Amino acid sequence: MIFLDDAVNRAIRNEAEASYPNECCGILLGTVDPDGARSVTEIIEIDNTSDADEQYHRFTIGPDDFMRAEIEARRRGVDVLGFYHSHPDHPAMPSDYDLKHAMPCYSYVIVAVESGKSAALTSWEMTPDRARFIQELQR
Amino acid sequence: MSVTIQIPTALRVFTDRRADVLVEGTTAGEAISAFADLYPDIRTHLYEDSGALRSFINVYLGDANIKNLSGLDTKLKDGDTLMLVPAIAGGAESSE
Repeated sequence: MIFLDDAVNRAIRNEAEASYPNECCGILLGTVDPDGARSVTEIIEIDNTSDADEQYHRFTIGPDDFMRAEIEARRRGVDVLGFYHSHPDHPAMPSDYDLKHAMPCYSYVIVAVESGKSAALTSWEMTPDRARFIQELQR
Repeated sequence: MSVTIQIPTALRVFTDRRADVLVEGTTAGEAISAFADLYPDIRTHLYEDSGALRSFINVYLGDANIKNLSGLDTKLKDGDTLMLVPAIAGGAESSE
């Protein structure tokens, strides 16, 4: 289960709309409850470092950005819980490309953007065998 | 020689919650392989079926990505610290 703070939800949607028709991306920070539920309280926006002509359907968070986020999370007393990105004019469903490049134990939030307006927002976690994503319940 | 592997928070589920794991290795490749031997459940996330390190897995020696050094052949000194750092990628299916 994952909980997105209202401000986080709005910030992701705003960024997704501002980046349209390209994909936006960023890092989810927050805490893990004793029952395993993740609470996202902050995000770090990341510049999409995919090639400019591929950004309409690709995003990349480079290792330097990831490392800085890990260090920043420790400084703030929170954890890196996962990542978010947008799917311009595509459903908020993980693609085969998402699966191939995913890491386990992280939440992957996807927001669909339809003609520039944010739509469905979903969250997913890859199974340990890398076979598929399972949608996370949101509250 | 002994080197330390630093583990990103979420991946500590594979290392009994350990943030740092001590392994033996003279090169970055040997150290990462020794780490994967210790925690085999993480191996599939680090290596392709071919045995090559997955392209989105980066290994840092201090502040330097070993891709900018000698890759997995990068020599290590006793007490060095390696950090596993994934690059995160994805995106929608092609519209073709």
